[in-house]
Parts: sequence; structure tokens; C-alpha cells
Amino acid sequence: MRASMPFRYGAQRSTFTLLLLLSTAIMLIGKADPTLYERTRMAVTDLTVPVLGFMSQPVVAASQLMGDIRNAATVYQDNVALREENERLHRWRAVAQGLESENARLRQMLNFAPEAPATYISGRVIGDSGGAFLRSVLLNIGAREGVRKGAAAVDDRGLIGRIAEVGEWSSRVLLVTDLNSRIPVFVGENRQRAIMAGDNTDMPYLAHLPAEISIVAGDLVITSGHGGAFPAGLPVGIVVRGDGELRVQPFLSAGRLEFVRLMDFGLTGVIQDQTLGVAESRTGR
Amino acid sequence: MRDSSWHSVDGAARNLTPSLLTLLLVLFGQLPFALPGQMAVTPYFVLMAVYYWGLHRSDLLPATVVFLIGLLQDALEGEPFGVNAFVLVAVYWFVASQQRLFRGKHFVVVWWGFAIAALLAALARWILVSILLGMALAPWGLALEFLVTVALYPVLTVAFTLAHKTLPRSDLGEFLD
Repeated sequence: MRASMPFRYGAQRSTFTLLLLLSTAIMLIGKADPTLYERTRMAVTDLTVPVLGFMSQPVVAASQLMGDIRNAATVYQDNVALREENERLHRWRAVAQGLESENARLRQMLNFAPEAPATYISGRVIGDSGGAFLRSVLLNIGAREGVRKGAAAVDDRGLIGRIAEVGEWSSRVLLVTDLNSRIPVFVGENRQRAIMAGDNTDMPYLAHLPAEISIVAGDLVITSGHGGAFPAGLPVGIVVRGDGELRVQPFLSAGRLEFVRLMDFGLTGVIQDQTLGVAESRTGR
Repeated sequence: MRDSSWHSVDGAARNLTPSLLTLLLVLFGQLPFALPGQMAVTPYFVLMAVYYWGLHRSDLLPATVVFLIGLLQDALEGEPFGVNAFVLVAVYWFVASQQRLFRGKHFVVVWWGFAIAALLAALARWILVSILLGMALAPWGLALEFLVTVALYPVLTVAFTLAHKTLPRSDLGEFLD
């Protein structure tokens, strides 16, 4: 057995060299035309969707169990805190209802054209590469369900990212924390315009701020809708002050993702792909 | 007759174990593992499989399979195509050529070897992805992934060893490639 090793090693050396050269060629071709492999990538991902969907169920269940155990320990304190919060939210609801009716009246007076209602498609997160280079998740819905490139992805707390790649049965959401994520936002009560830019850390930073800024930690960050890529007014996160720069604690990292809703506002943003059909999903909020 | 044909089917299936386990770990690495309130750091599972089988049964995990599995990892992970294929094949080559150095040694030595392989793999991925994306990427995510990967190798080794024991003896398969 031992004696056979040098022989085998010699025979395999050419295979290894060939495979390394092939990988290099694949990388170089991809570098020359980054969009070339997009179809291949999503076709491969499509193939794994049934397996990943199956495998992810026990993982999600186990993860929920862990969460449940953790919650059980703090159930009393949580209850007290939630009661207080509920009280506060009740008061807020009254305020919101008042404002809503006032808003409706004012809009009527101005003949304001309301925004088109959004269409929603819901999907389950079946993959999270937890990647060192990329912050993205895979969903079990794709072009068949009407997913379009560029659609905003939200969970129950706010914006989490946008659709970057669409396959037949799967799609990839680029999270707001990803290196390539750039989102036009409004910050705080004064609605200061800024760009929220991801850098693969858990907290994106605010860029392109105006010269004199009055942003403080705790300010709410919402999408501004500039550029047409995202609908306006989606909550994104809260401003925190990092070492010398303003960063955003996105709502998304506070908990794990399980279900994601994709919003299609019918906007013609720069990143939309017109070749894919319009969502045929249920409408309305 | 029937017995022996069943035996050969069984043997062939067992010989596929290393490849299938490695493939399974690629998919396993894509699962949403994040605990509530924490950001996901997924270990580089597939590297553990490539290292283990490269060291113990390189006859049962053809380099071409490693290459294809690397491409699958690239597709699922969203990394530039070819990066994982390159890194995994390189690590596999390194390990398969160093079998004598590690075989029969104490586990700590093997683990140390894995740490070196994982470090080289992380460095190579960082350099390749940075070049391909045209910017120097923050290495922290990768550093964390490296630590988690090295820390979890003993756990996976237990699983690999259990699977290894079910395989036919290697002196039969050594020439089959």
C-alpha cells in the first residue's frame, strides 16, 4: 500500500495541475465578464433547492427550540416589559389613527395621487452562506413565483435587502450589510439624505452626508426611494455612533431570518430586469 | 452469485461515501444556522472533508470530484466562480502529497496540519476574491470563519472516522481512481 503511493502521486500530478489551471481559467473568464456565470449560478442553485429546503427544516426547528429555551428563562421579565410596551403602543395607535385620517383628508384636499399598492410574494429562507465575503440569503421562490431582480426584501421589522439573482425556483437576497449594498435613505426627523453603505460588517455606515449634520444616535433610518430602486419609507435601522463615524444598526441582524416578503412596487429602478414577468401574486397589504 | 453481485454493489456504494459526504457538507454549509440574535458564521465544512479524505482515502475521492464540488460551493456561496475549486484542489493536492507526514501521527499533529491548511486556504481565498472583485476586502469575517473551522475539525473527524470504518479496505481501492 505504502509502496504504491509515489506511483499514484506521480500519476495524479498532471490531473492536479490541469484542474488548477482550469480553475484559474474559470476565474479569469468570470473576471472578464462577471455576468457570464449568473445563469449557471442560479441554475445550479435551483437544483439544490429541494435538498436545501428539506435539510433546512430540522435546522430551523432546532434553532427555534434553542430560541424557545432561551425565551423560557426570561419569560417573566419579558411579560412585564411587553405589557409596558403594549400600553405605550396603544397610545401610539390612537395617535397614528388620528394622523392617518388627518393625512387622508389633507391628501384629498391636495388631490394627491397615492402610490400604487405593493404586491407581495412570501418566501422561506433556505440558505445562508454566512459568507466571509458576501452577505446574502437564498429563498425558495424564484421566477416561477414572479420574483423580479431588484425587488425589495422585507421581514416583519423592515428592509433587509434586495433581490440580486433570480433562478426558476430560487432567488438570492443581497442583504443591506453586504459590501455591494448602497441604499438611499432618510435619517432622523429632519429627513437628512444619505447613502447607507454595507461593508460586510453587521452595521452599515452612512455615506454622502450633507456638510452640517444633526444626526444623533437613535435616529430612525428609512428608505428615501431615491433612484427608484426601493419604495420610500421602509424602516431600515437605527443610527449608532461607531468610532468617529455614523453607523446603522439594521433591524435585520436583531433576529434570524426565516420568512421574507418581497415587495414589488412596479418602479422602474436602474437595477430592474425587464425580461422577467410582473408578479402574479396576491396584492394588497 | 446473487450474494457476490450484491456485495459488489454494496462495495461500490461504500466507495462513494467520501464523495457523497463531501457533497453533503457543501449543502450543509449553506443552511441557515444563525442562532437568534446572532450573525451567522458558517464553518468551511467542505475543507474538513477534503482534508480528512485527502489524508486517509485519497483513492476514494478523485481530484475531479473535489474540483466539481468546489464549483458547486462557488455557485451556492455566491463567490466568484473558480475560487473554491482552486483552493480545494490546491489543499487536496497538498494533503494527498503529505500523507506520509501525517498518517499514524497523534491527532494533535493532524489537527495542527489542518489549521495550517485552513489558514493557507483562507489566505488564498482572501487574495483571490480581493483580486477578482477589485478591492481589498475586510478580512475579519474570514478570520472568524477560520477559527470556527479549526475549532470544529475534531467534531467532524469523529463523524468521518465512523464513516471511514464502514469502508472497504484501502489496499483494494488504492489503484482505482
